[in-house]
Amino acid sequence: MDTQTTKGASARPEFTEAVATTFWQRWMQSDIWHSYKRSPVIIVSSLTFILLVLGAVLSPLISPYTPFDPASLNLMNGFSKPFAANEFTGDYFLLGTDDQGRDVLSTILFGLRVSLFVGVVAVLFAMTLGVILGLLAGYVGGWLDGVIMRIADIQMTFPSIMVAMLLYGIGKGLIPPDLRDEMAIWVLILSIGLSEWVQFARTVRGATMVERQKEYVQAGHLIGLTRWSIMLRHILPNVTSPILVIATISLALAIIAEATLSFLGVGAPKTEPSLGTLINVGRQYILSGEWWILLFPSLTLLALALSVNLFGDWLRDILNPKLR
Amino acid sequence: MLAFIIRRLGQALLVLMAVGFVSFAMFKFMGDPVENMLGQEATAADRAELEERLGLNDPIVVQYVRFFGRALSGDFGVSYRVGLPVGEVIMDRLPATLELAFLSGVIAMTLGFFLGVYTAIRRDGYVANFIMTASLIGVSLPTFLIGVFLIWLFAVNLGWLPSFGRGDTGSLFGVDLAILTWSGFKSMILPAITLGLYQMTLIMRLVRSEMLEVLRADYIRFARARGLSQKTINFGHAMKNTLVPVITVTGLQFGSIVAFAIITESVFQWPGVGLLFINAVNFVDIPVMSAYLLLVAVIFVTINLIVDLLYFTIDPRLSVSNN
Repeated sequence: MDTQTTKGASARPEFTEAVATTFWQRWMQSDIWHSYKRSPVIIVSSLTFILLVLGAVLSPLISPYTPFDPASLNLMNGFSKPFAANEFTGDYFLLGTDDQGRDVLSTILFGLRVSLFVGVVAVLFAMTLGVILGLLAGYVGGWLDGVIMRIADIQMTFPSIMVAMLLYGIGKGLIPPDLRDEMAIWVLILSIGLSEWVQFARTVRGATMVERQKEYVQAGHLIGLTRWSIMLRHILPNVTSPILVIATISLALAIIAEATLSFLGVGAPKTEPSLGTLINVGRQYILSGEWWILLFPSLTLLALALSVNLFGDWLRDILNPKLR
Repeated sequence: MLAFIIRRLGQALLVLMAVGFVSFAMFKFMGDPVENMLGQEATAADRAELEERLGLNDPIVVQYVRFFGRALSGDFGVSYRVGLPVGEVIMDRLPATLELAFLSGVIAMTLGFFLGVYTAIRRDGYVANFIMTASLIGVSLPTFLIGVFLIWLFAVNLGWLPSFGRGDTGSLFGVDLAILTWSGFKSMILPAITLGLYQMTLIMRLVRSEMLEVLRADYIRFARARGLSQKTINFGHAMKNTLVPVITVTGLQFGSIVAFAIITESVFQWPGVGLLFINAVNFVDIPVMSAYLLLVAVIFVTINLIVDLLYFTIDPRLSVSNN
């Protein structure tokens, strides 16, 4: 890289300033950064996402209250209105409290943590499974390809949210009743992950079949590399950009799936509420007028899903201009 | 064309066999039917006798075939939770789900189609741009949030429509349908909109992009050169050619509507199969879960088949090229 730069510099001096050397300089000149700077929607949504992630990661430090410590709760604080001090105790709750006197802002921060954790781990699981099966189907081919893709086809027949629910029910049935609450989060991750691997596998398979024809793969064969080495170290780096796009879109889907399952009461346990659980709790109070218990968790979920979705759309357009 | 249909039928059968196997495996390996029927105090001799009587000692293939045979006649065993035959429970609830899915499908299709055509014709108009932006937000909104928001607006604040339940039902050929009574129809409006909104945005975006594609085609330019009015071109020539992909997606989406009904029914406490299923998942009611799985598989496979066959009637080119 360095020698090329100096050669280019001596031959065509007008390009010397344009040629970037460090990673940072190259990044600043890339199409991605250029497009990022020019779309305010993407700047806003990525900043929103970063803010939400920070809030989730730092929730134990920045939460104004400890909502799941029964000792710190005061029933007198129940149903405090948002943006005002409680009329009995004088405690201040920015976004109000629920029936038990739990601070809504704190429960949202902790709920965000659960939602993001489940979403991210589920997508990582789906990605690992999908990429490995996709590489195998595309590179090895034959009956293995047939079996993997038939399973994928059959699973594609059903919407992933339904598959996730069903898997959750099966998982719950397999676990002894006394462990169900502890394992609920992992059953949730596993069922959402298993319901989303198909997209990864199909895309990676398609890209792998194209890459397999190329000369560098044949060269790898010639020098005696193993199948796994060719698949993981040579083909995989060349199919990462579609994987990245699908991962972003899957993250939005996984977050919504998690919220939906938790909302329906078949997801995160009551002891570890996610945003979906909080919305389900808040729904019970819309008839009696305590709107803040429902509204603020819903807005948070909306901001999270929307920012990830917009970011995914943008990433797809950038990395794959043909699809636009 | 015949070869194509036979191939598709084969695939449909394969899907049903596979789903049937999953459904059977759930029955077989989860939960112990003998313990469920006899209770914990049964002697070993009682157990052995019942196992023999239920055929649990037969080879697994024999059991699978028997499971299929019983499933075909609608026998899925007894629900662990309510203690009634599963087939009966599901049949009791099915009309509620189907009428809801039907109404929301109609809403999604008509509105989606017309909004799609409108936004394509008025590509740069303010209204069209507003609709497009709103639809993007609509796609990102989880179904249950839309439902809760509609309840808050129309049931709690405005008090126009009921917030949950199915209202009164009227009877048609022995099937109880809510759509036949005024109170039932009113209770159906909110859930149907909730259920159809996502599909509507999807159809709208699809129709719009198809329409834009078609409007660029040569034959449209030619029609314009012939001096046909813009109205004739838009509605007589262009619209017809957007139908093939639209029908595919709409057909496939009808299956999703049935599946997403689980969420909507739960939000509005609509007594359909979706609500039954979510309760079954909650209580680990295996017979209901596996019967629901098979039922949905049958619905999906049938819809896919119908969509495939519709291709030929809509696009004559397909049957020519296949022959």
